[in-house]
Amino acid sequence: MSTVASEPAILDGKCPTGPMAERWEQRKRDLKLVAPNNRRKYTVIVVGTGLAGGSAAASLAELGYNVLSFCVQDSPRRAHSIAAQGGINAAKNYQNDGDSVWRLFYDTVKGGDFRSRESNVYRLADLSRNIIDQCVSQGVPFAREYGGTLANRSFGGAQVSRTFYCKGQTGQQLLLGAYQAQMRQVAAGKVKMFSRREMLDLVVINGVARGIVTRDLVTGAMETYAADAVVLCTGGYGNVYYLSTNAKNCNVTAAWRCHKKGALFANPCYTQIHPTCIPVSGDHQSKLTLMSESLRNDGRVWVPKTQGETRPASQIPDDQRDYYLERRYPSFGNLAPRDISSRAAKERCDAGYGVGMGGMSVYLDFADAIRRDGEATIRAKYGNLFEMYEQITGENPYQVPMRIYPAVHYTMGGLWVDYNLQSNLPGLYVLGEANFSDHGANRLGASALMQGLADGYFVIPYTIADHLATSKHEKVTTDHPAFKEALIESRNITERLLNTKGRRSVDSFHRALGKIMWDKVGMARTAEGLQQAISQIRELRDEFWRDVKVLGSGDNFNQMLEHAGRVADFMEFAELLAIDALERDESCGGHFREEHQTPDGECQRDDENYCHVSAWEFQGVGNQPVMHKEPLSFEEVHLATRSYK
Amino acid sequence: MASAHNGMRLTLKIWRQPSPQAAGRLQTYEMRDVSPDVSFLEMLDQLNEQLIAQGEEPVAFDHDCREGICGMCGVMINGQAHGPQNQTTTCQLHMRSFHDGDVILIEPFRADAFPVIKDLVVNRSAFDRIIQSGGFVSVNTGSAPEGNAIPVPRHMQEKAMDAAACIGCGACVASCKNASAMLFTSAKVSQMAYLPQGKAERSQRVLSMVAKMDEEGFGACTNTGECEAACPAGIQLSNIAVMNREYMRALLTSHE
Repeated sequence: MSTVASEPAILDGKCPTGPMAERWEQRKRDLKLVAPNNRRKYTVIVVGTGLAGGSAAASLAELGYNVLSFCVQDSPRRAHSIAAQGGINAAKNYQNDGDSVWRLFYDTVKGGDFRSRESNVYRLADLSRNIIDQCVSQGVPFAREYGGTLANRSFGGAQVSRTFYCKGQTGQQLLLGAYQAQMRQVAAGKVKMFSRREMLDLVVINGVARGIVTRDLVTGAMETYAADAVVLCTGGYGNVYYLSTNAKNCNVTAAWRCHKKGALFANPCYTQIHPTCIPVSGDHQSKLTLMSESLRNDGRVWVPKTQGETRPASQIPDDQRDYYLERRYPSFGNLAPRDISSRAAKERCDAGYGVGMGGMSVYLDFADAIRRDGEATIRAKYGNLFEMYEQITGENPYQVPMRIYPAVHYTMGGLWVDYNLQSNLPGLYVLGEANFSDHGANRLGASALMQGLADGYFVIPYTIADHLATSKHEKVTTDHPAFKEALIESRNITERLLNTKGRRSVDSFHRALGKIMWDKVGMARTAEGLQQAISQIRELRDEFWRDVKVLGSGDNFNQMLEHAGRVADFMEFAELLAIDALERDESCGGHFREEHQTPDGECQRDDENYCHVSAWEFQGVGNQPVMHKEPLSFEEVHLATRSYK
Repeated sequence: MASAHNGMRLTLKIWRQPSPQAAGRLQTYEMRDVSPDVSFLEMLDQLNEQLIAQGEEPVAFDHDCREGICGMCGVMINGQAHGPQNQTTTCQLHMRSFHDGDVILIEPFRADAFPVIKDLVVNRSAFDRIIQSGGFVSVNTGSAPEGNAIPVPRHMQEKAMDAAACIGCGACVASCKNASAMLFTSAKVSQMAYLPQGKAERSQRVLSMVAKMDEEGFGACTNTGECEAACPAGIQLSNIAVMNREYMRALLTSHE
C-alpha cells in the first residue's frame, strides 16, 4: 500500500475570498492557462461517462487535449444519469417569479442543511444558466410553451418554477446531449473511447495522480494508461445497500481505490433515501424503482390504524385509516420533505402498521383525487407513472392504492475536493456524484443533473489547465515501475477472488451487506446500532474472503468476477460509512441519529461541534481511519434550523 | 400476491456461447418456484444462483438500470425482441406475462453487425459509430446563445422528443429480417431535422450517417415494420420516411 504524507488536520478548500458573487470570476482570473497549440501535448483520463464524465470528456477534447474516456457499460450512452426523470434546475427566472442565482444558491444551502461549501454552491447556481443554453444548442428537446420558449415546472420545496424538463426523461436527454458531443470528438480523433473497461486502481507517482489500471471486461486483459491528469466521474455508492434505485453496475470501486491510494473520502454518511419508491416484492428483488415525488401532490399517504390489518384497502373505512403525515405534519401534510416522509413511513412499518408483503410498505392513495378531479385529469398528470407502477407490481393504481416505501437513491458524500474540484492528490479531479462538494447533507430535487453538467462543461476545463500549466512533473509512460506495481496489485486481488473457491455466491454476500447497512446505517441510526454494524461488517468481510465462490477465470468475460471485485470494495467502504455516521454525533439532512431529534422528530444539528466536512484518510483495512476537518463557514446564508412547519 | 410456494415451473432453452469464436448451442434448464412478481432478469438471476450452487458458470447477459431507460438489456424471448409485452424492455418484463409450464427460448440479439461476445451479450458498438458519423450538433461548450434565443414550436419539440426517446438497445435490428438499423438511425436524423439547431448540418448528417450504417453491415429497409413493433421506446416507422426524405433532399441539394 502506498502512503501519502499526512495532511494537516485542518483542510483548506482553497475557496476564493471576497464577495460571493465574484468568487468564480476571481478564481478564473487567477488560474493559469494552457495555450491552444500546447494542449495537444497533454493527455487527460476521464473515468465514467455520465453527465459529469461525458460533458468533461467532450469539453476537454474540444479545447484540444487528448482525452482517454472509460466506462464499464458497452456504450458511454448508458451511464446511470440516464435514469433521472424529473428535471434540471436553472436560475433563468423565465417565469418572472422572483428567481435569481442568489435564490437558487440559498435554497441549495438550506436544503443541504448547512453542511455544504457556500462558494461551491454559489458557483453551481451561477453556472446553471449556462447549462441550459449549452444543452438547447445541442438539440436537447426541452419542453416548450406554445410560443416556442422554454417551459418550466415546479419541483420539491422551491417557491419558484425553475425546473427544465424533457417529459419524464430529462436525464436521458441531457446525457445523450453530452454523449453526442463526446462522440463528435471521437470522430475528430480527440477522444479515445474505451467501453467495457473497469478502473481498478489509480497510479500515483511522487504524490501526483499519473494514470490508472483497468480491466478489459471482454478479454479480461489488465491494462495501464498514463496521463497528465485523471478526472474521476464514477458516480455514487448507493449500491452498498444492495437494494437501491441505482443501476446494477453502479459501484464505489474506482473512488475506493483512489481512497486507498491517499485520496480523502468526505462525509460518506450523507445518503439520501427517497420516500416514494416501489416496495420490495420478494427475496429475489434485484433493485428498486423510484416513482416521481410529484405524486404526493395528489396522493394521500396512509396505513391502517390496526396492527396486522388483513382487509384490502377498499374495505377499510376512513375512520380506521391513519393518514400519518397529515396527522403529524398538518401544515405540510403529504408534501413533507423527503427525509421526514421517509422516516415516518419506516416508523409506522416498524411499529407493525405497514401493508403489503411483510408489512413493509404504506399506501399512497389517489381515490380522493380521482373523485375530486376525475380519472382523466389524474391520468393526464401521472399517466406514465401509473403505467410503470402497474407494469412492475401488476396492480392498477386507479383502482387500488399504490404501495410505496423509501429507498436509497443518491449519495451526497464522496471523494474530498477543493474549490477547483481537485482532490488532495494533485492531478486527481473528482466530478459529479463522485465528489462531496455541493449538496451538503441533503440534495434538492433536480440538482444532481445540474451539478454533473456544471462540473464537466464549465468548471473542469478551467481548473485542469491550471494544474497542467503549473505542475512541473516529468512525462511518464506506463513503463514506470509504479504502473507495474499497481498492475500486479490489481492482478493479485483478481487472483485472490478466483482462488478463494468458497461456497457462497457473490450476490448473497452483497445482499447480506445490504441488509446490515439498511437495518443499522439506513434511515435512522443510533450509536449502538452503528457499533453493531461495524463489527458485523468486519465479520462478513472476513467470511467473504474465506468463503466467496467466483467461478470461471480472469482472462475472459466474467460478470461474477466483476461483481466480486465491487462487493469486495463495498465490504471495506461500508465500514467507513458506518464509522463516519457514528462519529457525526448529530442529525443533519439525510443523516438521522435517533439520539438527536427535536420532540416532534426533526433533525437536531449540532453546529458548535459538527459544522465541518469530515474527510477520512485511509489507514489500512480494518484500521481506524484518520479524520481531517474542513470547517464550514456561512457568510451569506446564516445558520438556522430548517423549518417545514 | 404470490409467495415462493405457488411459483411457476419453467423450461428455459438458453443460447450458451463461451466466446465470440466458439460455437454456441441451446442448453435446457428446468426452473421451479418462479414467482410471477419477479422481473425477467430477476428470473435469470435466480437461474444463475442455481447454476453457481451447482458449480456451473452463470449465463452472461447485459443489464444495468433495470428501469427500461439505459438500453443495455435485451434478448430475444421466444423469437421476439424484449419478449411479448408491448413497449417493454426485457428488464421491465415481469414473469406474470408467462404461465406455469411454459417453455421459453432465450437468445441474443442477432445481426452481423452485433457479434456475440458471450452467451446473450452482443457487441453493439456499431451504434456508437453511427452517432459518431453525424448524430450531433457541432456546438462547442461555451459557444451557445441564450436558451430562449432559439424558439422551437411546441409541436416540433414534441416530435423531436418522441424521436429522441430511442434507448439504443438494438431491438429494431434484432427483429428485422434484414438486420437493418434504419429505425435507430432515422430516430436521430429526425430529431435533428425537426429542430432549428440541427438545420446547419442537415445534409451532411444524413448522408454520412446512412453511409456509416451501410458500412457497418446493417441491411436495407423493406418496410416490414417489425422494428416499430419491437421497439420498447415507441419509436415510430414514420421516422424512416423522414430520413428517406432528408436523404433525397440532401442528394439533390447538397453542395458538399
